[in-house]
Amino acid sequence: MLTKRLIVCLDVRNGKVTKGVKFKENVDLGDPVEMGRKYYQDGVDELVFYDIMASAEKRPIDIAMVRAVARKVFIPFSVGGGIRNLEDMREVLLAGAEKVSVNSLAVQNPDIIRQGAKAFGKQCIVLGMDAKKTDLPGLSSGYEVFVQGGRKAMGIDAVAWAKQAVALGAGEICVNSIDADGTKNGYELTLTRLIAEAVEVPVIASGGAGTPSHLVDVFKKGGADAGLVASMVHYGTYGISAIKAELAAAGIPVRASA
Amino acid sequence: MIVIVDYKAGNLTSVKLALEEVGEDAVISADAAVIAGADRLIFPGVGAAGSAMEELNKMRLAPVLKDFIATGKPFLGICVGCQIIMEWSLEDGRTPCLGFLPGGTDIFTAAPDAKVPHMGWNQVRLASAGGHGASASRAATVPHPVFEGIPDGSEFYFVHSYFPTPRDPADVLAETEFGGKTFASVLGRGNLVACQFHVEKSGKWGLALLKNFCKWSGSSTWNGGSARGHGPSGSGIC
Repeated sequence: MLTKRLIVCLDVRNGKVTKGVKFKENVDLGDPVEMGRKYYQDGVDELVFYDIMASAEKRPIDIAMVRAVARKVFIPFSVGGGIRNLEDMREVLLAGAEKVSVNSLAVQNPDIIRQGAKAFGKQCIVLGMDAKKTDLPGLSSGYEVFVQGGRKAMGIDAVAWAKQAVALGAGEICVNSIDADGTKNGYELTLTRLIAEAVEVPVIASGGAGTPSHLVDVFKKGGADAGLVASMVHYGTYGISAIKAELAAAGIPVRASA
Repeated sequence: MIVIVDYKAGNLTSVKLALEEVGEDAVISADAAVIAGADRLIFPGVGAAGSAMEELNKMRLAPVLKDFIATGKPFLGICVGCQIIMEWSLEDGRTPCLGFLPGGTDIFTAAPDAKVPHMGWNQVRLASAGGHGASASRAATVPHPVFEGIPDGSEFYFVHSYFPTPRDPADVLAETEFGGKTFASVLGRGNLVACQFHVEKSGKWGLALLKNFCKWSGSSTWNGGSARGHGPSGSGIC
């Protein structure tokens, strides 16, 4: 039986893993390659590296870091932030990443999803989406898409965008709730479920995980295929195997971490 | 020397890096002479079977692979490399493939609890009826050498929409359940082994399988089991 995936997210800034609350107040946590290796050895199912400043600084992704990760990590990992075009995607994939994640770029130029899927296969293209609750009229799902690390509102409906991205060839959608991000109060279950029910590709829930029970909830009630965690593991509050044990105890199929 | 066959079907660096992690050196090559001279061959692949076959044919590598199999030296197919060793694939119409094993490939049917592609970690169970090396009743307790030390039911990483459908049940070394159905996730006959999952991205057990492959003689008999007569016996070259 296909297992639910536990994914650790490493936000990278100036070559260090960093973590902010609601995209602000960042603190440095360590070396991305070493941290990735440690999570891999602990039995995490997948890793995501976001170069969080690449877009804002208008520079390419740190490809040397991607290569270094590929030498140390033998599970799938995806890379996002700073992908500007098809050539950047190719470089990241050739460096050893399994998937590339596009966010702001895809909103500005949705056709990049189609191009990427055609060139490398749908399974390589992850749409990262930052969404926030809204009462703007016309956004029927009640969630609005943001870009540039949650700084810029786009006036686009989150569910409509998810459907469009999948139609273009996105192989997976990572749904990040700006409201829940960094709060450790649990995932945004409504948003996750809305997207999971709207598309036929796997959905990764992101933002708000603080305890293993939050993952149980997002798998059971949010319809997620994978859960992204950061703070709850970066600060050593929970280990990978402890989280998996709790998921298994709740009846959720997980990969043995030992 | 271990050679990873380069036929423009995806990223081969990951396979090479995984081999390095288990202390094995490998070269990536598209050169017929290098491939023919390999001690063991790794045949990876991502993407569509049709375009993979097109590339292989364009590069005139199909006969080189066929000759290699006939030498009895170990051969490992990965992902699309596990599909195009069959006679045909339903992908891109009915594409004629390499035909190293009888049978073809089929496509998964999407269901609410089975999103296609089948992507993620899934359990690999040793097939009770499979295996040419051991008798059917012993197969489960005497696994193929590439599974040495790997617990039955361990998870491996899959990304695929098509799966192999071998005609001879004895070619099925292991199976995986997806969407309420079981498919052949590891195939084997003689000196050939092929995994539908990505060995190089499958963590500790994937690395263990790669290491086992690098130690394997290529013999279709193991642990005293008697071969049923498919393929040449292993040459023992390492």
